[in-house]
Amino acid sequence: MTVDTAVDPAGGGAASEPELVQLLTPEGQRVPNEHYDALIDDIGTAEIRALYRDLVLSRRVDSEAVALQRQGELGLWASLLGQEAAQVGSGRALRQQDHVFPTYREHAVAWCRGVDPAQLLGLFRGVDQGGWDPRENNFHLYTIVIGAQTLHATGYAMGVQRDGALGTGDPDRDTAVVAYFGDGATSQGDVNEAFIWASVTNAPVVFFCQNNQWAISEPLERQTRVPLYRRAYGFGFPGLRVDGNDVLACLAVSREALQRARDGEGPTLIEAFTYRMGAHTTTDDPTRYRLGSELEHWRLKDPIERVKAYMVRGDMADQAFFDDVEAESESLAEHLRTACRQLPDPSPESIFDHVYVDPTPPLLAQRDEMKTYLDSFTDEEAQ
Amino acid sequence: MTSLNIIKSINAGLRRSMENDHKVLIMGEDVGKLGGVFRVTDGLQKDFGEDRVIDTPLAESGIIGTAVGLALRGYRPVCEIQFDGFVFPGYDQIVSQVAKMHFRSGGRLRLPIVIRIPYGGGIGAVEHHAESPEAYFVHTPGLKVVSCANPEDAYWMIQQAIESDDPVMFFEPKRRYYEKAEFELDGSPPLPLHTSRVVQQGTDATVVAYGPMVKTCLEAAAAATEDNRSLEVIDLRSLSPLDLDPVYESVRRTGRLVVVHEAQRTLGVGAEVAARVTEECFYSLEAPVVRVTGYDTPYPPARVEDDYLPDLDRVLDGVDRALTY
Ligand SMILES: Cc1ncc(C[n+]2csc(CCOP(=O)(O)OP(=O)(O)O)c2C)c(N)n1
Repeated sequence: MTVDTAVDPAGGGAASEPELVQLLTPEGQRVPNEHYDALIDDIGTAEIRALYRDLVLSRRVDSEAVALQRQGELGLWASLLGQEAAQVGSGRALRQQDHVFPTYREHAVAWCRGVDPAQLLGLFRGVDQGGWDPRENNFHLYTIVIGAQTLHATGYAMGVQRDGALGTGDPDRDTAVVAYFGDGATSQGDVNEAFIWASVTNAPVVFFCQNNQWAISEPLERQTRVPLYRRAYGFGFPGLRVDGNDVLACLAVSREALQRARDGEGPTLIEAFTYRMGAHTTTDDPTRYRLGSELEHWRLKDPIERVKAYMVRGDMADQAFFDDVEAESESLAEHLRTACRQLPDPSPESIFDHVYVDPTPPLLAQRDEMKTYLDSFTDEEAQ
Repeated sequence: MTSLNIIKSINAGLRRSMENDHKVLIMGEDVGKLGGVFRVTDGLQKDFGEDRVIDTPLAESGIIGTAVGLALRGYRPVCEIQFDGFVFPGYDQIVSQVAKMHFRSGGRLRLPIVIRIPYGGGIGAVEHHAESPEAYFVHTPGLKVVSCANPEDAYWMIQQAIESDDPVMFFEPKRRYYEKAEFELDGSPPLPLHTSRVVQQGTDATVVAYGPMVKTCLEAAAAATEDNRSLEVIDLRSLSPLDLDPVYESVRRTGRLVVVHEAQRTLGVGAEVAARVTEECFYSLEAPVVRVTGYDTPYPPARVEDDYLPDLDRVLDGVDRALTY
């Protein structure tokens, strides 16, 4: 069951609740909004097409990865199905110099940052623990320990502050940091400590919570009795809730929060209200804990369908455009398949690489020990 | 006789403890409706209710810290940490609070808490899902640490751990979860909780292991017979306290000792066993104590874990080193 945390358990009533920010209805109708429209007034036909492309391609990356897992090419995959708009909206609000601290599910954010999706597969295939250079695209490694990255993001933001890369008015210099995490993560001490740090240091960090309603089998009500975005007020910074299946709304609220951070006005918590359509990971069986009707309810709010409807309605794209994106997503999937199978297994001795910057003599001795041991088999075979 | 795997055995043990003592509680992430990610607690919430099988918020420090309070109030919480690598957010509560409360209170307070941790590698998992953190807890006075290696022990040891008035870290060898065995569910435990056991007798060398490596060592012992080598295999079962008398007794006969574990080598359980056996059996030893362990690296990506983990060949290689000395 999805909890309607829009109802105030403390008895404050729904009337005091700010609305969910929504700029595009599930039917694809544009909802005018005095405040947020200005934040996306540059989004014309070309831009909406680009967003649509991001949504479709990131979904295709995801479905292909699920398929690769089913074929035994990946040990595990954490699907983002249903969360594309939250990720693309926030991801496209970032500037080059901004820095992202993701969980293990932020494949579409990685896409927006320019990380080759094939590089995401290594962790799940078991050939590495993060195959991309986090400095190249300012996209940190995936973090599996729930909530840990929110503190890293906050510390990074404190570094930005010390470097004076804030509030200068230079759009290529002022820097924001964003931490992604789930609804379950909000229960962790680390996340609460990150909120405290960010608040008292006024760090330029945006906490982007994808409330997908479930932490594996546990519904939101197992983690909280108040709507998550409201937590922020207790820590001393603003929080808001956005329709996480509405890419325009996610883009608008993220742009605003990131700009606040860059301007030196401190942290914001964004709760993207969305839904995890797939299993938690490929090892999970959601039929044990949730109802099919819930899925149906959320299917009607699909983040891609509504953009498509909006485009068709406004004559922003014809069939040829949709076909092109479809063809592009096919070749992206093909790239993923090929690249995945070509990811080389690491050599056994590689486990000793990078344990330290300066390798220690005892560790080098263990590496030699392993090598001698493994070579003894080759020698035997040669005989 | 019933045939059960380790998962079902722990489940049956938990069930029995809950039936016998209404103060026994189960708490953890996903333990209720889902029955745990490994289904170890499957069906328990349905039968004992949400007050006794508690789906907690996603917060390990919270799980352990509230268990401290519940234990102070007379309950016997059994906490599940979902995977080995996630014990660390709860580590502070375990080593600073759980381990010391009895001592600090001059014996007035007891914390009968069990902390269950599926641990170890070999299942092709992603990072943080294949670690062997037991030595951190063995190093902490005030905690008892055990690891079962077969279904019968799993069944009895979990019940004994729950009955213990001291906090017990209960390490479950997740890659052996589906190993089956026949045993008697009724009756009483064949052994006290903190005793080691000779699982196979032999004369040429002693091989000591625990948890997931017991099976590997038994396989190695079987393979060794083809070379006319007779290995004695001992399952430690309890890592804190260690019951080394059977090990000393064995080493005095065989003169050779190989200690095997998945965890990193340096300051691991093997180091303690080697030191103590050297102290006790110095004149009986024909060779230095050999350790066959994981390497001193972070647990590696799944595709190379077979090279990190001791396997049958590496155990035999260790035996060779002890024998050819
Ligand atoms: C510290 C820690 N404890 C437990 C886990 C096991 N685990 C992995 S994902 C997950 C649920 C996370 O839920 P949420 O934060 O809502 O994010 P979502 O996966 O739904 O995106 C759990 C319990 C973990 N990875 N880290």
